[in-house]
Amino acid sequence: MVPKNFRYTKEHEWVAVEGGTGTVGITDFAQQQLGDIVYVELPEVGRSVIAGETLGTIESVKAVSEIYSPVGGTVSEVNGALADSPEKLNHDPHGSAWICRLTLSDPAEAGGLLDAAAYEALIGK
Amino acid sequence: MTGAAGGPEARARRIRDRLGLVFEESRPGRRGVDPIPLDVPPAPPEAEPEILRERVEGLPELSEPEVVRHFTRLSRLNYSIDRGLYPLGSCTMKYNPKVHEWAARLPGFARVHPYSPDALAQGCLDLLAGLESLLATITGMDAVTLQPAAGAHGELTGILLIRACLEARGDARKVILVPDSAHGTNPATASFSGYAVEEIPSDARGCVDLDALRRRAAVGDVAAMMATNPNTLGVFEEDIAEVARVLHENGAMLYMDGANMNAMIGITRPGDAGVDVMHLNLHKTFSTPHGGGGPGAGAVAVKRHLEPFLPVPRVSGAPGARRLGYDRPQAIGRVRSFYGNFGMLVRAYAYIRSLGAEGLRESGLTAILNANYVRRRLEGVLHLPYSSPSYHEVVFSDRDLEAQTGIKTLDLAKRLMDYGFHPPTVYFPLIVHGALMIEPTETESREELDAFVEAVRAIVEEARTDPDLVRSAPHTTPVRRLDETGAARKPKLRFRP
Amino acid sequence: MMRYLPHGPEDRRAMLEALGLERPEDLLATIPEALRLRSALDLPPALSEAELQEHLSALAMRNASTGCYRSFLGAGAYDHFVPSAVDHLISRTEFYSSYTPYQPEISQGTLQTIFEFQSMICMLTELDVANASLYDGATATVEALLMAQRAHGRDRVAMAATLHPEYLETARTYFRNLGLAIDVVPHAADGRVDEKALAAAVGSRTAGVAVQSPNVFGVIERLDRVAEAAHGAGAAAVAVVAEPYSLGILRGPGGLGCDVCVGEAQGFGNPLSFGGPYLGFMAAREKYVRQMPGRIVGETTDAEGRRGFVLTLSTREQHIRRAKATSNICTNQGLCMTAATIHLSLLGREGLREVARANAAKASYAISRLTSVRGVRRAFSGPVFNEFALELPGPASDALEALRARGILGGVGLARWFPEAERRILVAVTERTRREDVDAYAAALEEVLR
Repeated sequence: MVPKNFRYTKEHEWVAVEGGTGTVGITDFAQQQLGDIVYVELPEVGRSVIAGETLGTIESVKAVSEIYSPVGGTVSEVNGALADSPEKLNHDPHGSAWICRLTLSDPAEAGGLLDAAAYEALIGK
Repeated sequence: MTGAAGGPEARARRIRDRLGLVFEESRPGRRGVDPIPLDVPPAPPEAEPEILRERVEGLPELSEPEVVRHFTRLSRLNYSIDRGLYPLGSCTMKYNPKVHEWAARLPGFARVHPYSPDALAQGCLDLLAGLESLLATITGMDAVTLQPAAGAHGELTGILLIRACLEARGDARKVILVPDSAHGTNPATASFSGYAVEEIPSDARGCVDLDALRRRAAVGDVAAMMATNPNTLGVFEEDIAEVARVLHENGAMLYMDGANMNAMIGITRPGDAGVDVMHLNLHKTFSTPHGGGGPGAGAVAVKRHLEPFLPVPRVSGAPGARRLGYDRPQAIGRVRSFYGNFGMLVRAYAYIRSLGAEGLRESGLTAILNANYVRRRLEGVLHLPYSSPSYHEVVFSDRDLEAQTGIKTLDLAKRLMDYGFHPPTVYFPLIVHGALMIEPTETESREELDAFVEAVRAIVEEARTDPDLVRSAPHTTPVRRLDETGAARKPKLRFRP
Repeated sequence: MMRYLPHGPEDRRAMLEALGLERPEDLLATIPEALRLRSALDLPPALSEAELQEHLSALAMRNASTGCYRSFLGAGAYDHFVPSAVDHLISRTEFYSSYTPYQPEISQGTLQTIFEFQSMICMLTELDVANASLYDGATATVEALLMAQRAHGRDRVAMAATLHPEYLETARTYFRNLGLAIDVVPHAADGRVDEKALAAAVGSRTAGVAVQSPNVFGVIERLDRVAEAAHGAGAAAVAVVAEPYSLGILRGPGGLGCDVCVGEAQGFGNPLSFGGPYLGFMAAREKYVRQMPGRIVGETTDAEGRRGFVLTLSTREQHIRRAKATSNICTNQGLCMTAATIHLSLLGREGLREVARANAAKASYAISRLTSVRGVRRAFSGPVFNEFALELPGPASDALEALRARGILGGVGLARWFPEAERRILVAVTERTRREDVDAYAAALEEVLR
């Protein structure tokens, strides 16, 4: 089950919109595919991104995966806890292991992404 | 299996396997070299005191016998080619003749300074010129440089040659194509040379998809394609001449990664197929030892149109009057210091002179025979993803094994260690899920190959009857499976007192 | 030539039979007819081992080994004494015939050796992390500056004109296509990098500053000031060391403020071997570790809690990150690294100190003897370790040739790289240089210049 109130990308990122702020993370499906996560490269606070741009990378022992921003905005906060404890992404990807928060350029943009049902269909659940 | 923690077995093992880091074995005041009797007056260092130090803290203090024992014990934790089959696909782990080690250590090679006057290094220069000519003959190319230190360094040199040649024609172009089965060094090299990289898919045979290549090459921005032949599936690129023609017609060149040249030697020549430039891994095909990860040597062979761009210096002149030449206005420059991994070049030269034309062809054919023999004896035991004929290596996958038993390539590889074998290359090429890439080489006897086949069959049987035994392997190695995740999460990369 | 091929006729027959084939050539079906060789390669006839030994001995005898001449050649390749135990140990098949340690359970020997090497390089350089080796000093310098480019996202580097010229040339070859411009910083009259010129060359676009110490003239640099200049512009300070024994006397570049130290460690355990294989090394501050090229070994534990070592942080490398890797390097200089680790273990804390001091003392003696020859003077006043530049009263090439006729390789003529330096030579000594070698050199030089 994936959270109903999130929006999703085909590349397995999620975004939760609250007012003008979007919280971004990767899905449980993504962390399972990656296996044991050993390192997360976080974006710099203040950076502006457009949808689809690389926010950072996630590494397991033998793979690297890019985190694409689901929506456009400016990075307002990053989850520093992931730098020291990347394994949190394996345990709570939809919750405490969020990646960053964006001040959204267009709060309506997320509406164009997959909803929970469509994402579950995508990953074959 | 060992006893409980603290039990007699565990204690015996702890004492038997005692081996610390060299720093932990260090004891104050011990020494492994004697003080140097000084025949000149002592003199204080010239530099300012604030940039001097008394000594390097942390270096160990051990006697010579302790150092010898430390490294002898360490060596015994390694597998080696002289112990048994080392079937790493794409790595060509063949026997390393002992006479090569003798040759490279002759004082007339080992103690020659690179800036010796040419007149006092005629033997070294003759050997370099001789090896260049032997390799040109073997590859069917026109000129060779021996400077690159390894295969990837050879790739870089080769792509820089292409770039320089295209620039001289007025357009360096933007893109290097690599097949999706390529070694990781190919795309890395292309971007290290300032090119964008694009993949060309493989077709059902496992070969370059010619239609895809035609479409892409026609755009006109492709500088070259890098192709391995036989490719990383062990399949000969049947259309290699056509690949070259398509590239040439579109103003691009063909780079051949010679990692798998062992399958072609004395049988077919890349130069005859239209290859413009290629590298040879002398530490694979020409039997220079791998050294636990180098040094290698990555000779690069080119067709005439690329010759003016070869890196400096070049050996020129007749025997007895050889010299190193630097006056080459179109050269790409230098790719390293001095002239190449000369000690490895001595070994490769010795190898070719020992085998001669017949011996090289016989080696190539036998390498292919051995790989096919292993393939035939393991077909039906493991899944064979591509049925195209194999050359020097064969790629299996864990598809059926995993479906039937849950045992994966990694488990099978680890369990092979308990049978006394080094595992094959695993999880490469990337286009085969759960790949097992087996390259036995020509220096393995039928008995050794049979024993390997028997071991694989036995493990597949174990996967059905006792999967946990396989999943928890290896059981008999100096250490068991290691926590690579933990190593990467909290890197500990050096000793700290 | 069959001695390396185990199969006899019966084996071949049985194996072909298992394959349902008549001849091994039947395995070549997919090679187009037009591409198959129709005749044997035109190579010289195969040699027996006895013939090969004779042939190679004859080739080797046509070279002057440093044992036959009094050699004062250096410039990035040094004739240090290596104890017999080093070569004995690296001749163990488990070290020299094993592959890159991809399977850690049966490669702990190589892996632990690399870990020990990394630790020693950190101690020598006073830096946090080191890799498992690079090809040589030249490519290590290149890799260090490319690392600075990645880490700092800038498009220029400053390189001292007194770097080994072959290192500088190699950098030009690599950087030309990567959008990285080089600002070459000249030296001052004392042979050290010109600090004013350095300050002027380093700016907001500079990713890294590379200075070699001792430099190509043998002159020891003030790396502390170089580091200050680099940091003032937010650039990485890269120290290059071509003679690693100098670190037995000089502070590690990390201790002087540098962020990265690379160089050539051939002199630890490896013979001159006409220029290779040698041993590039790289050490850096912790913050650069994910930008480093090459293999890195880390400590971990096995399933039973025992200590073990693995290749780690591999996502930087070409086999995983492919086109976005930190370098295309795959094979490094494993066995040369092993030789260096063994040699450093034998030298140890006291041995390295003594050898380094012996080098300095021999250099001091050689300087005083050679500069007492009429017309000969030190080319630069800056402090040196075991190598120094001399200015002769006439063309250096004539003098070097005349010395050679007297059994002396008197040094490297600096006109090789610096056209204006036609009267200058670079003279190196090591702990192997005897007083009588220096005396003979001084006497011969006197004669030659007369």
